Amino acid sequence: MAQPFQFELVSPERLLLSEKVLEVTVPGSEGEFGVLKDHSPFMSTVRPGLLKVRKDGGQIVEFFVRGGFADVNGSGLTVLAEQAIPVSELKGDMLAQQVKDAEEDVADARDDATRHKAETLLSQLREIQAALKAA
Amino acid sequence: MPSLKDLRNRIASVKATQKITKAMKMVAAAKLRRAQEAAEAARPYAERMDQVLANIAVAFEGRDDAPKLMSGTGRDQVHLLIVATAERGLCGGFNSSIAKLARERARSLIAQGKEVKILCVGKKGFDAIKREFGKLVLRTIELRGVKSIGYANAAEIADLVLSMYDKGEFDVCTLLYAEFKSVISQVPTAQQIIPAKLPERKVSGDAAQVYEYEPDEAEILTDLLPRNIAVQIFRALLENAASEQGARMSAMDNATRNAGDMIKKLTLRYNRQRQAQITKELIEIISGAEAL
Repeated sequence: MAQPFQFELVSPERLLLSEKVLEVTVPGSEGEFGVLKDHSPFMSTVRPGLLKVRKDGGQIVEFFVRGGFADVNGSGLTVLAEQAIPVSELKGDMLAQQVKDAEEDVADARDDATRHKAETLLSQLREIQAALKAA
Repeated sequence: MPSLKDLRNRIASVKATQKITKAMKMVAAAKLRRAQEAAEAARPYAERMDQVLANIAVAFEGRDDAPKLMSGTGRDQVHLLIVATAERGLCGGFNSSIAKLARERARSLIAQGKEVKILCVGKKGFDAIKREFGKLVLRTIELRGVKSIGYANAAEIADLVLSMYDKGEFDVCTLLYAEFKSVISQVPTAQQIIPAKLPERKVSGDAAQVYEYEPDEAEILTDLLPRNIAVQIFRALLENAASEQGARMSAMDNATRNAGDMIKKLTLRYNRQRQAQITKELIEIISGAEAL
């Protein structure tokens, strides 16, 4: 049986969640990773995606996060996300807007490095959109 | 000596002014509460950010390949001052105290032979410094249409600053804003954001732990530092917003009280004059009757 540990999800505008949870799945920039209690110290950047939290009671909450960091240390997991929205509050057009912005960024990119970055972001956003539609 | 009618008009006008200042005070008080809540909500993020930065920066201590945002360009010839003020006036000494700090800084830097560039956030700051340093102001960013400051506003400013830094247009960047202490006290503050001043790392049990990084430290740090700039600017803007409302609230409270005093004095004068006039009329009637 998984043990509860301290988890915090913070965006610049507010503290979204700070409580004991059983398990968190974070969309890391180099692959999703799950965090349980007593995870070894670990730090990763976050790519746009869905962050799944299994709360103490067993119910699962999902957040859309974009840009930021996950920091696992002895005291628990902290996710600093530039943008974090509970999926229940996420509206389809908001994501569509972001996809549109990303498309524009790709079109506007002047050199290869920025274009590559913009394209990666776009494909990640599209992935989420598809995932949400399927759900 | 003003006539009774003049006095009456005067009292009416002061009363109208008092009503306005009172309303402005109420509005400022309501806005202050919201601004304070926003500032408080943003605090955890900035704190965590500091912690994470401190943790990761240790890995770079004394290394030559540390990102430029942290180690600086190695010079301090060109200074960029970001002057954050309000968009509106009527808030006591709020705008002028920030502008004063900015002018002092600019003057002392110029005296040391440094080059100064200024970026204004908020129209009032620009108005206050344009006479002396108008030529040094690169741009004024107005947040007039913005109801409540969002992270996106700060990120935009940060992007601008960072692109300038990448082009080597300045070496040191300082952010000037008013720190919110309380409703009656806002302290103009200058905070250096580039090169980043990192908080001292707290030596705790965690210090011994070895972190695993994904991607590696360098990449995380290059990603983290620009975000930290945005966060610092965001925090400063929120502090500023709270300070502005606080300053306005106490300024309007004072104005309301002064208007009240003035009304009292004017009313006293009005009544005295009215009595004097009645007495005068009575004397005229009586002496007229006696003469008959």
